[in-house]
Amino acid sequence: MAYGSLLFVISVGMSVTLGLMRFINLAHGAFAMFGGYAAYVLVNRWGLSLFAALPVVLVAFAGIGAVLERLLYRRVSRSRPLDQVLFTIGLSFIATALATWLWGPSQKRITLPHALTGQVHLLGLDLGIYRLFLIAMVVAITASLYVLIERTRFGAQLRAAVDRPEAAAGLGIPVDRVFGISFALGTGLAAVGGALGADVLGLDPSFTFKYMVYFLLVVVVGGQGSIVGSAVAALVLGVCDVVGKYYVPSAGAFLIYALMVILLLVFPHGLIRRAR
Amino acid sequence: MTGPGAAAGLPSDRWRVWDTALWLAPVVAFFAFPGRLVLGSQVIITALFALSLDIILGHAGIVSLGHAAFFGLGAYTAGLLAAHGWGEPLSGLLCAGVVAGAAGFATSFLVVRGAALTQLMITLGVGLLLFEAANRASELTGGVDGLSDIAMWRLLGLFRFDLAGRVAYVYSLTVALVGFLVVRRVLCSPFGLSLRAIREGAVRMPALGVPVGRRLVAAFTLAAAIAGVAGGLLSQTTQFVGLDVLSFPRSAAVLIMLVLGGAGRLYGAFIGAALFMLMQDYLARLDAMYWQLWIGVLLVAVVLFGRGGVLGLAETARDRLRRPR
Amino acid sequence: MSNSALLGRAIAAVALVGAASCSDKKSDEARPGSQEAPAAAGTIKIGMIAAFSGPFADIGKQMQGGIKAYFKQHGDTVAGRKIEILFRDTTGPAAEVARRLAQELVVQDKVDFLVGFGLTPEALAVAPIATEGKTPMIIMNAATSIITTKSPYIVRFSMTLPQVSAPLGEWAAKNGIKKVATLVADYGPGHDAEAAFTKSFTAGGGQVIDSVRSPLANPEFASYTQRIKDAHPDAVFVFVPAGEQSVAVMKSFQERGLTQAGIKIIATGDLIDDHMLATIGDVALGTTTTFHYSVAHDSPENKAFLAAYRDANGAEAGLPNFMSVAAYDGMAAIYEVARQLDGKLDPDKAMEILKHMSFTSPRGPISIDPDTRDIVQTVYLRRVEKVDGELRSVELSEFPKMKDPGK
Repeated sequence: MAYGSLLFVISVGMSVTLGLMRFINLAHGAFAMFGGYAAYVLVNRWGLSLFAALPVVLVAFAGIGAVLERLLYRRVSRSRPLDQVLFTIGLSFIATALATWLWGPSQKRITLPHALTGQVHLLGLDLGIYRLFLIAMVVAITASLYVLIERTRFGAQLRAAVDRPEAAAGLGIPVDRVFGISFALGTGLAAVGGALGADVLGLDPSFTFKYMVYFLLVVVVGGQGSIVGSAVAALVLGVCDVVGKYYVPSAGAFLIYALMVILLLVFPHGLIRRAR
Repeated sequence: MTGPGAAAGLPSDRWRVWDTALWLAPVVAFFAFPGRLVLGSQVIITALFALSLDIILGHAGIVSLGHAAFFGLGAYTAGLLAAHGWGEPLSGLLCAGVVAGAAGFATSFLVVRGAALTQLMITLGVGLLLFEAANRASELTGGVDGLSDIAMWRLLGLFRFDLAGRVAYVYSLTVALVGFLVVRRVLCSPFGLSLRAIREGAVRMPALGVPVGRRLVAAFTLAAAIAGVAGGLLSQTTQFVGLDVLSFPRSAAVLIMLVLGGAGRLYGAFIGAALFMLMQDYLARLDAMYWQLWIGVLLVAVVLFGRGGVLGLAETARDRLRRPR
Repeated sequence: MSNSALLGRAIAAVALVGAASCSDKKSDEARPGSQEAPAAAGTIKIGMIAAFSGPFADIGKQMQGGIKAYFKQHGDTVAGRKIEILFRDTTGPAAEVARRLAQELVVQDKVDFLVGFGLTPEALAVAPIATEGKTPMIIMNAATSIITTKSPYIVRFSMTLPQVSAPLGEWAAKNGIKKVATLVADYGPGHDAEAAFTKSFTAGGGQVIDSVRSPLANPEFASYTQRIKDAHPDAVFVFVPAGEQSVAVMKSFQERGLTQAGIKIIATGDLIDDHMLATIGDVALGTTTTFHYSVAHDSPENKAFLAAYRDANGAEAGLPNFMSVAAYDGMAAIYEVARQLDGKLDPDKAMEILKHMSFTSPRGPISIDPDTRDIVQTVYLRRVEKVDGELRSVELSEFPKMKDPGK
């Protein structure tokens, strides 16, 4: 459950960029990874508590995302999928090399605040407190996103820009700026997801490539541009993964991939299609 | 409409002086670098694999992130045949191609519909599925430990696969040459041209009476078969099949190689494979970090500045040189 | 054909030839830590093949650390000849790369020994090369039983999973553990471990109530852990490759509160190997393991080894582990061979000496079984405790002269 929700948080940003800018950003996992490393530095080396580190990470990476979008991504946003794939794979390689250079190849762990360790007994189940915290955070983030997108003016602009960019521009919506802000938001969320999930998912330089497939999966199966779609997809995939491994451990990752292919064939535009 | 293949001009089927010059290079290498022949064979095999991807990517415009599935199928077919007693190289290779081609045919129906992104994900999914299946079937495939005990018989009954890799090199080079000629013939035919047209604008094709679906299926099958032959070559020349022949990193690597060299231009596959593998060998000796950094920067550079890879750049340079005239 | 294609092809030809010659010149480049001696007749060349990058980079680094420690202690000359090591990176479980590197080392560099081999596929792929090239091949890590059967030129200095797992089963059955659930990684060594443990455990009267195999590259273990917890065994027997996986497993156990639920953790030492122990943290306390090496082993050889390791690699390299020791011992064996043959290396004579090798390693006494060419060593029963504020595997009892029961 926590696994799936973590994937969702990290993938949400990717879903936004994919849907908005029609941009396949395979390097999205790199932001999550650096978010994790940033948290590691903040918590382990500088002594901040995780609670304090998270907002710092969010803001810092949103800023970095905005800058990157303007400098780098804008150049490639109108190219073909293949070019985007290659460009972002290239970025992922650079990210991995950078992480190896800065922090070495072995795994790092973030010291969790004491309040979040251990277990709690609820309804006959033993639940890890940290996992509950994760789920709570994800719910909070999702709720805020929902409010942002459905209830605010910015959200309306965003939706308009996604559905019909030219018309939106014609209406005076600053499409480029909207994109820029959304990309920044997506990046920030990915970084927070990485920071939260570092302990669960394992923080090392190969993170980007290890999880690249999972993020892609969640986004494409869920439907580009649809936050709800990504949420559902992450949930479905996460649950199936966990259940599958519990009951049929020998099947391993087979179930997930088979499920993905089936889902893609049945819903070629993703689970929730944004009406065009 | 820019991008690999668009400005390449139509390929020609005739054997020219330059073809001879280019194919002479590996022959020269055979005599000049007798100690690096094993690397050479692997470059050639990978180039053939990249060439097969060029059929669907460079010409038909299908982006595949799972092409290693067919490479791996071919590798395991040839490997299993040899491991169970049938070590004849040429027939093994043929079987590898047939099995991979059949799999390609079956998969093609899944892939030819859907938008570019869906295609990408489905090919990725199929590749991952096959990898997991091979992993599970470890009694058959040897799982993560791989399939060893592959004893190859003499090539044509005469040549034993030697330690220095000489026979393997000549064998791979010959098969690659044959493969290249076949592919070029096919791509220069009306069939091949229609593939290009489909890539540029599939919606219009049925109006011209072109059965788009069938063409794509045929292209995909051919690409899979040739990838299978390349895979079979690998297992026969290295006498080992590891699980990584089916892996996603391998699919991604061949995609990168093709684009680096220049997709849609047949020799792009060879250049890309040579460049990638030689640089990897060289840089990995220094420090793997340099390799990752280098390939990342190169990829970003190619996308930002040099569409069409090395060959594309060469063409642009030539065009610029010509202009002032 | 258009001129553009002509130009392109010319460039391609030049590039190909140029690049090939470029990398050819580098074929003798040795890694830092070894000397780049001109290939004089006097140099003994050793080719080391392992992963130095990618997800298994730690294996290569740990082995290299052990080798450097040996050089630090004993110098790089023996019997009047200099020793040169050529390090080659396989970048991961890419067996065909390992094989190609071995071929080049044997044919072009003409090495006298092939050493290293962190992963089983690497060793299996290279075995035929060792046979055909008549080059002694020393395994410094790969642990699947069948490896030594693949070539008469292979000798192993590391360990095998059955060798260290079987005593654990015996101990568990005798010490009040009646029901066990097993969790192993799904590959050769994992299957070996599972089979060996189950055999000796059930022979002692125990019962294996559940066996789970996790994929080799598995990122997280929550479901597997939950399943084991729900089965209510007395203990869980674990084997995963040392490194990332072991950290992930222990994390998962901690989160699910396995120890609080009364389930003991018993495993081979890979789970809490010395290099990773600090990263795993206090959750490891109390874990009972069987293994052939612990940093806490109290012997003069081990003290010397630890000091040399620290000197050669620096404090940031962390603690050595069983991989470093195996590499260290492998080098000791080579030096001994060179000494006994007075520098005149002959493959078959070298194998004879290697097959009968026996000495005291930092881990304890070791020897090679001449029939199987596999290692015979003492397996220790240890528990993780805090010693001077640091986590260590403290040795409690021993099973001397353990052979590989798989053969």
